[in-house]
Amino acid sequence: MGIRVTSAGALSTIQDNGRIGFMDFGFSPSGCMDQESMIIANLLVGNNKNEGVIEITYGGFSGIFTSKSIFTITGADISPAINGKSVSTYKAIEVKEGDILTCGYAKTGLRSYLAFHSGLYLKKVMGSLSTNRMCKIGGYMGRELRAMDLLFFNTTTPTLKKIHKREIVPPVFSSEVVLRGLRGAEYSLFSDDSRRVFFNSEYTVTKDSDRMGIKLDGAVVDSKAGFDIISNGMGLGEVQITASGLPIVMGVDRQTVGGYPKIMTVASSDMHYAAQVRPNDRLCFEELSYDKLVKICNKRRKVIYNLSRLWK
Amino acid sequence: MNLKSNISDIKYFPVADSGVRMDFGKKIDRDINDSVMKIYNAVKAKPFCGVYEIIPSYCSILFIYDPLLTNYNKIVANLQRLLRSENSNNSLKSKLVYIPVCYGGDFGEDINDVANHTKISVDKIIEMHSSPEYLIYMLGFLPGFAYLGGLPPQLTTPRLKNPRTKITAGSVGIGGEQTGIYPLDSPGGWRLIGRTPIKPYDPYRDNPFLFRAGDYIKFVPITKDEYYMIEDQVKCNKYFCKSIVYGA
Repeated sequence: MGIRVTSAGALSTIQDNGRIGFMDFGFSPSGCMDQESMIIANLLVGNNKNEGVIEITYGGFSGIFTSKSIFTITGADISPAINGKSVSTYKAIEVKEGDILTCGYAKTGLRSYLAFHSGLYLKKVMGSLSTNRMCKIGGYMGRELRAMDLLFFNTTTPTLKKIHKREIVPPVFSSEVVLRGLRGAEYSLFSDDSRRVFFNSEYTVTKDSDRMGIKLDGAVVDSKAGFDIISNGMGLGEVQITASGLPIVMGVDRQTVGGYPKIMTVASSDMHYAAQVRPNDRLCFEELSYDKLVKICNKRRKVIYNLSRLWK
Repeated sequence: MNLKSNISDIKYFPVADSGVRMDFGKKIDRDINDSVMKIYNAVKAKPFCGVYEIIPSYCSILFIYDPLLTNYNKIVANLQRLLRSENSNNSLKSKLVYIPVCYGGDFGEDINDVANHTKISVDKIIEMHSSPEYLIYMLGFLPGFAYLGGLPPQLTTPRLKNPRTKITAGSVGIGGEQTGIYPLDSPGGWRLIGRTPIKPYDPYRDNPFLFRAGDYIKFVPITKDEYYMIEDQVKCNKYFCKSIVYGA
């Protein structure tokens, strides 16, 4: 068995590392917005790093365990409790059949990741468990979770080595974030003045932000060539300057091709922070050299993968 | 590799630490796109280690890679080697896919509007729309949505001022100078001239997508009865679109 959802909060969907290899067919990869938190959650409960998890937005998720389990919640702190008693995030927690999980709402950060030992028993679509809501496929019936949904785990007899050691210090999410990255392929389409404006301005996250992209408000950026360029492929973290002159940071549910110029791409290591910004948070951009960027990202990846060795 | 465009015009850009952008030029034209497709077909046939997305567009390709398995320099070196190589036997071949379409009536609500705008009769519109072999420049916007090149310019009809909130999947339309098939129910502003009973995209099919960038499409007019017959076969997974190797 597994867990029965009693409340799904604002938006909870099942995601993994995405539906890989279909972007050339117009298919958005979906997957967790904050992949780093997903990986840590899976490693904490002894899963393969890309196992399916529940991505909870803002909080408010609750459920009843219908079998024994070991779970954890990473990402934004949503004050989880088992049977009314507070439990830590970023820690593997053992529960038994009938235990009730309730979560509050995040005060900082936006997305939380609920991982269960052995992962969720669901059919993959096109190689992935990720929910693509536009196409209504993947995850749980191709939609966001709702009260009464019943999820199954891949095992009802969880066993995990060194459970008591499976705990790390949670990160702190700030409402003022700097996203570092590399100048974009269309950087030359922006004048010196425009580039200065973009890299020196503080932008505000708007409430229209979602998994497709983080929409920002603030100083307008002009493009020499106007805003209609020939459409080309869009990577995660690419920052498009749209017709309004305002930036959007591309998310996991982005369209696969786009016709607006891209001034910068956010480093993979910093997408962890980008995925956690809330409406009204402030955001700045910083340009790095390619070598510096690679160094930072490699270092970050090493730190995360070394976590799994802690509990072998 | 015999490319129609100049190799020295090709530019490479890193996309943070996980992508490579390969730019072939700055306009929509057959020669540039031909070069894009040659590289796309070659890399799809023999993928580079660590590269997991290859997204072609009119005049560029975006490669997305896993930084644990490869890096920008390795990918660019592989691409340059590919450009210099003589052998293109290992590439995927483009195919020509025949798409059955029932034009007009309930399936093509706007065909009379198109006739009024273009001053061409409905019968002639059907004949003109179904004669070209349309090149698929790329797929995007929606899964399986093909950006087609080759609509006879006389059929150009402006988009609706007020887009529909729902266009049925399979609808074939004209929007400005473009034509295409809506693969999913979606909002849209194109003029609907017909509908196909086949599914360009089906997530549960072995091959979820009927065609890809670089393939060609030819629309084949069918009657209403044929439409319903094919629709039934599609439901049972028993209909297969005719397709041949392009240029065969």
